[in-house]
Amino acid sequence: MTMANGVLILAEHLRGEVADITYEMLGAGRKLADALQAPLHVAVIGRGAGSVSSGLGLADAVFVVETPESEVPSAATIARLLGGLIEQKQEAIVLLGWTNLSMGVGSILSARSGLPFVNFCRSVRAEGGALVVTSQLFGGKILSDVRLADGRGIVGVSAGAHPADAGRSDRAPTVETVTLAAQAPVVDFKRFIEPEADDVDITKQDVLVAVGRGIQTRDNIELAEDLAATMGGAVCGSRPVVDQGWMALSRQVGKSGMSVKPRLYLALGISGAPEHVEGMQGSQTIIAVNTDAAAPIFDVAKYGARMDVLELLPLLTEKIKARRG
Amino acid sequence: MNLFVLLKTVPDTVEELTVAADGVSLDAEWLRFKLSDSDEHALEQALLLKEKHGGTVTVVAMDAPELDESLFMAFAKGADRVVKLAGDLAAVQSFSAARLFAEFLKGSGQPLSADTLILVRSQATDDLEGEIGPFLADLLGLPYVGVVTSVQPEGGSVTVSKEFAGGLRGELSCAMPAVLGIQSAEKPPRYVPIAKVRAAMKSSKLETIDVTPAGAPARFPVEKLYKPESAGRAEMLEGTPEEVADRLVDLLANQSLIQRGR
Repeated sequence: MTMANGVLILAEHLRGEVADITYEMLGAGRKLADALQAPLHVAVIGRGAGSVSSGLGLADAVFVVETPESEVPSAATIARLLGGLIEQKQEAIVLLGWTNLSMGVGSILSARSGLPFVNFCRSVRAEGGALVVTSQLFGGKILSDVRLADGRGIVGVSAGAHPADAGRSDRAPTVETVTLAAQAPVVDFKRFIEPEADDVDITKQDVLVAVGRGIQTRDNIELAEDLAATMGGAVCGSRPVVDQGWMALSRQVGKSGMSVKPRLYLALGISGAPEHVEGMQGSQTIIAVNTDAAAPIFDVAKYGARMDVLELLPLLTEKIKARRG
Repeated sequence: MNLFVLLKTVPDTVEELTVAADGVSLDAEWLRFKLSDSDEHALEQALLLKEKHGGTVTVVAMDAPELDESLFMAFAKGADRVVKLAGDLAAVQSFSAARLFAEFLKGSGQPLSADTLILVRSQATDDLEGEIGPFLADLLGLPYVGVVTSVQPEGGSVTVSKEFAGGLRGELSCAMPAVLGIQSAEKPPRYVPIAKVRAAMKSSKLETIDVTPAGAPARFPVEKLYKPESAGRAEMLEGTPEEVADRLVDLLANQSLIQRGR
């Protein structure tokens, strides 16, 4: 029996579409597997899994596990099937997305397999026989390095940490359909709830004025709306603003919300936690205003100002109006 | 209903975070602790369920700095029982913590009956080892759903909505008892005035239970913590708000983002 050395990626797909995180992990996983001289594998689990494997040719093999009983299998179901694959295919490393869809899979797989689970990963590399995982903690303000000495583990990879293009391939993948013992699911997927309709689609705007906690009150959002109207754009927000009920869910940018790429993203009073950044880092020009000089938003912004957004907002709106003539 | 909420304090990331001399922890002297947002929502969701369906809310937390104020706040908001697990817990990470909570829940005197829900944060900012909810569910042999934003129990089962991405959500159901990772409560967390928290400190009693972690507190060592060194850090605009606004208008105009006569 050979020693387990494979790198296995959990593909993420919903409604027949493969999510970008899959390609991001494929690009990173290819490098890792090459450095380890190990095979790179992808697991596609779910109903219709076989039909979404065509773009995964960067892997040496794609394992398809159909779950006819559920359109969206639960974390426990996926963890159990992955556990079976790890044993059968001799995998040492599992990469899965730190995403809403995969949340829970890493923990349950870790509990059952005994492999350690390291989450929030921004980069992963092989050093000798060890695996070194760099993760983002505390809202992106601190990085941590974890060394898995025996080179085995489960890694939760942050979305947007690696380029998706590096994981795309025109090569036809080698696909193997794997049948693993099924177990009745304990969580039933009933239906999708479509996003709320909004008269404004924030993914189609050239200019977005985004507000976070720094806007302080619901009433102050009007200041951002004034600026957005003056610039012909729209207002959007980070999770805390939407959770407070100050803005519709359709205006949320980030992990659970929308991914946007406007020409201009004005981040006002937004700290730049990883969950937010993954939804806006593709914007052409990012300008951030925050009172905290150490806010991670300044790491992704092109221009920044350290000040209270409430002081700046009315001035900015007034001056843009004046310039417009 | 028999509602459990697991709480944990995390460093407030609004504050400056400094790595301690040991290189693997944060300098505690400068830290301020608070409940994570997701914890606040888990507590709120439990209180909403109690208001609608009756029952009790039991809050459980591992002892930690500045925890008591958050626990008395839970009392002030309407929790019925608050339990603190105490012991040598500083190094305890999620998996080990889940074991301690599982032991407590199995012997809490409140059986995990078909009207029981265990509500936990969907994710905390310091959970390097993964989310506690699925660990706990697996140890207890219970169903788990995370990233939950609404909870409707009925007749021994619970229907929840879970967030995916792009505003898309799913409706899922499972039998109770169950463990749910709460992302957002159905309403924003309620506010309690500090006077009510003070009153709770006088009138309510925290229960303390001594526990001993079984096995290693963490399954891997952190080699180092450090601040990110960004290659592409923003060009900072200095000056008064007036001056910064002028600079921004110039920048926007140069990129044709201000159109005349619009």
